[in-house]
Amino acid sequence: MTQTAAQRFLEDAAVKSADLVHREIIRRGMDSYDAAHLKGRARIKDWEAAREKCQEIKREAINHLDRYLVQFEEKVVARGGHVYWAANAEEACTYVKDLALRFGVRTVVKSKSMVTEEIHLSPALEKEGIKVWETDLGEFIVQLRNEGPYHIVTPAMHLNRGQIATLFREKLDPAIASDDPADLMAVARRKLREAFFAAEMGISGANFLVADAGVVAISTNEGNGRLCTSVPPIHVVITGIEKVIPRLEDLAVLWPVLATSGTGQGITTYSTMIAGPRQPGEVDGAKEFHVVLVDNGRSRLLADAEQREVLHCIRCGACLNICPVFRHVGGHTYGTTYPGPIGSVLTPHLNGIKEFKHLSYASSLCGACSSVCPVKIDLHHHLLENRRNAAEAGVTKSSERMIFRMWRAAMVRPRVYAFGGWSMRKALRMLYALGLAGTVVDPMRVWNRYRAPVPLPLQSFRARWRKDRAGN
Amino acid sequence: MSRKVSLFVPCFVDQLLPEVAVDTVKVLRRVGCEVDFPEDQTCCGQPALNTGYWGEARPCAEHFVRVFKNAEVVVSPSGSCVSVIRLFYPELLAHSSLREDAISLAGRTFEFSEFLVKVAEVTQVGASFPHTVTYHASCHGLRELNLRSEPMQLLREVEGLKLIPMVRSEECCGFGGTFAAKFADISGAMGNSKADSVDAIGAEFVTAIDPSCLMHLQGILGKRNAAARTIHLASILAQQRGAGSSPQGLAEEKP
Repeated sequence: MTQTAAQRFLEDAAVKSADLVHREIIRRGMDSYDAAHLKGRARIKDWEAAREKCQEIKREAINHLDRYLVQFEEKVVARGGHVYWAANAEEACTYVKDLALRFGVRTVVKSKSMVTEEIHLSPALEKEGIKVWETDLGEFIVQLRNEGPYHIVTPAMHLNRGQIATLFREKLDPAIASDDPADLMAVARRKLREAFFAAEMGISGANFLVADAGVVAISTNEGNGRLCTSVPPIHVVITGIEKVIPRLEDLAVLWPVLATSGTGQGITTYSTMIAGPRQPGEVDGAKEFHVVLVDNGRSRLLADAEQREVLHCIRCGACLNICPVFRHVGGHTYGTTYPGPIGSVLTPHLNGIKEFKHLSYASSLCGACSSVCPVKIDLHHHLLENRRNAAEAGVTKSSERMIFRMWRAAMVRPRVYAFGGWSMRKALRMLYALGLAGTVVDPMRVWNRYRAPVPLPLQSFRARWRKDRAGN
Repeated sequence: MSRKVSLFVPCFVDQLLPEVAVDTVKVLRRVGCEVDFPEDQTCCGQPALNTGYWGEARPCAEHFVRVFKNAEVVVSPSGSCVSVIRLFYPELLAHSSLREDAISLAGRTFEFSEFLVKVAEVTQVGASFPHTVTYHASCHGLRELNLRSEPMQLLREVEGLKLIPMVRSEECCGFGGTFAAKFADISGAMGNSKADSVDAIGAEFVTAIDPSCLMHLQGILGKRNAAARTIHLASILAQQRGAGSSPQGLAEEKP
C-alpha cells in the first residue's frame, strides 16, 4: 500500500524533530533572521501602519483581480509582449515547452520562482532534453542535490557550508580546497556565467505585476534575476494571478515591507522592473517577452470569501521563520511546494483537503505566523477554518468523530461530565499504580511518551468547592 | 471594593489542576471580590472547536452561555479558554438563539491577570514569593488577548520575587490541545526546546497565565528530571508571607 501524505509527514516530522544537528542549523539561521527582522522593522517609522497599507493594497488588488489583470495584459501586449492565461500546471508547462521547442531552445536559465516549483516546470522541460539551470545560489545548491527548495526565500538554509563544499566537490570541482563561502560562491559563479551566456531562454517569477504600468517587478539579492531576464533573447515570466497590484506607486511600500519581512533588508539588492520586450532603439532586454499567468486552483480560493485573503500573500517567508513547527520539522517535511503556515493553509485548497488536511492540524495554533505576516493574513485562524471544513466534509477519522460526539454528550450534562472526569482519574490512578503507564492499555500513552504523567488529584475543584460550601 | 465575580474553571483545571482554581479564588477574595462558582459549568468547547468539530463545540458553547449569561463578570485563570469565549463564541453562535447573550458575555469575560489589572485595577495583591521565576508568554493570552504587560505588572509587585527573563519567551511550548497527541513528536520537540530555555536561565519556577502550557511544560520538565518547576500566576499571587507552607508547583500538588 502506498503511503499517504499524512503518514509520510508524521514519519519525517518524527525524524527531523529529533535531529539535533538540523535543529542547530535552523536555530542559528533563524536567530540571525530574527535579529535582522527586528532591526529592519525598527527602520520603518510605523511598521503597523505599513502592514495595514500593504493589506489594503493587496485587498484592493484581489477584490478587483479581473480588472487589474486585464489592465496589466493590455499594457504588456501594447508593448509587444505576450500574455498567456494558464488554467492549470499542465497548460502552463505546455505553453513554455512549446515556446522553447519553437525557438530551438537547448539551455534555460531560471531565477528563483516558487510557481515554477508548483507547476513542476523544470522536469517538463528536461523531458524535452532542455538543460535547466537554477541560478539563485540556494536553488542552484538544492538542484545539485536533486531536492526541492527547503524554504521559499532561502532554499538551502538547511545546509551548512561544510555540506555545501562537499556537494560542490562531488558535483562541480574535486579540487575545491576550502569551505570558505567566498570560494564556494566563486565556483558557482564561474559555472553559472557559462550558463547565462549559453542560454536561449531566461525564466523568472514575479514579485509583483503592476497593472497601471504593465510592469513586472522582481527582487533578487544576487543579480541573477537581471542576467536571466536580460541576457537570453527570450524571457518568460511565470507567476500566479494573485501577484498583480494596482499602481506603480504601491511598490514604494510593498518593496521595503517585502524585503524587511523576507530578510530584514531595507530594500532587496536588485529591484528590477521590466516592461516588456526590447523596444526599437533600446540596447538591452529580451527580444521575446512572455508572461504566463497561472491560476492552478487560485480562482477557487478567490471564490471562498472567508479565506480569499490568503491570496494576499507576497511570499516573504516570515511566517515560516517564526513558526515553531517549521523550526522543528524543517521545510522538506511538509512535502509540499509551499511549507510552513502559508503552505499549510494553501495546500489543502490547491491540492485537496482530503489528502492535505493533516497540515492544517500540524500546528499548535500559537498565532505567531499571523502576528508577523506583513499583509496581515489571519493565518492561524485559516488553519482552524480548514480543520472545520475537513470535519464538515466528513474526511476526518470516524473514531475521532465518535469521540467528539461522546464528548459533546458529556459537556452539556454537568453530572455526566463530573462523573466522567472522576472515573477517568480513578482509572488512570489504578493503571499507574500497577505500573502500566505508557503501555498499550494506557490511554495517555502518547502523552507519556514525551512527558511525565499528568497529576491525578483525588478531588476535582468542583468537589472541593461543594465540600467547602457544605462546611460553611 | 466588593464585586461579584463568577469563576470559570476550565475542565482540565477542574479535573487535573484544582489547586490553580483554589488559588485563583484566594486571590480574588483577597482583593475584595465575592466569588461564585456556577456548578453547572463544564468546558468552553475548545477541544472540539480546535479539532474542527464546530458542530460539537456549538452545544457546549451554548451550555456555557446559558450557565454564565446572568453573571456580572466572568473570570478564568486561562487566557486560552477566555480567547475562545471572547473571539470565537460570536462566530460559533452566529445563528444561535443565544447569539446576543454570547456577544454580551464575550465582553464581560476576563482572564485572571487581565481582570486584576484592567478591571479591578490592582497590581499589589499582598503576595510574597521569595524565589527566582521566569515567565513564559502563553500564546493565546499574548496574541489573542494581547496580554503583554498585565502578568508582568502583577509579578513585579510580589515581595521577594526575582524575575529572570527567558530567551524566546514568546515561542510556543508545543501544547496546542489535540496537537500534543496528533503530532506528539513535534509537540514533544517544541516542549523540549522550551525546557532548554528554562534550564538555560536556572530559575526555580516558570510561570504563565495558561495552566495548559504549564501542564505540558511540567510534563516535559518532569520527564527530564529538570530542577525547575511550573507554577501558575495565581498560585504565586496566592502565596503570602508567614503563611507557613512552602510553594507548591503543579507537580507537587497533593490532593
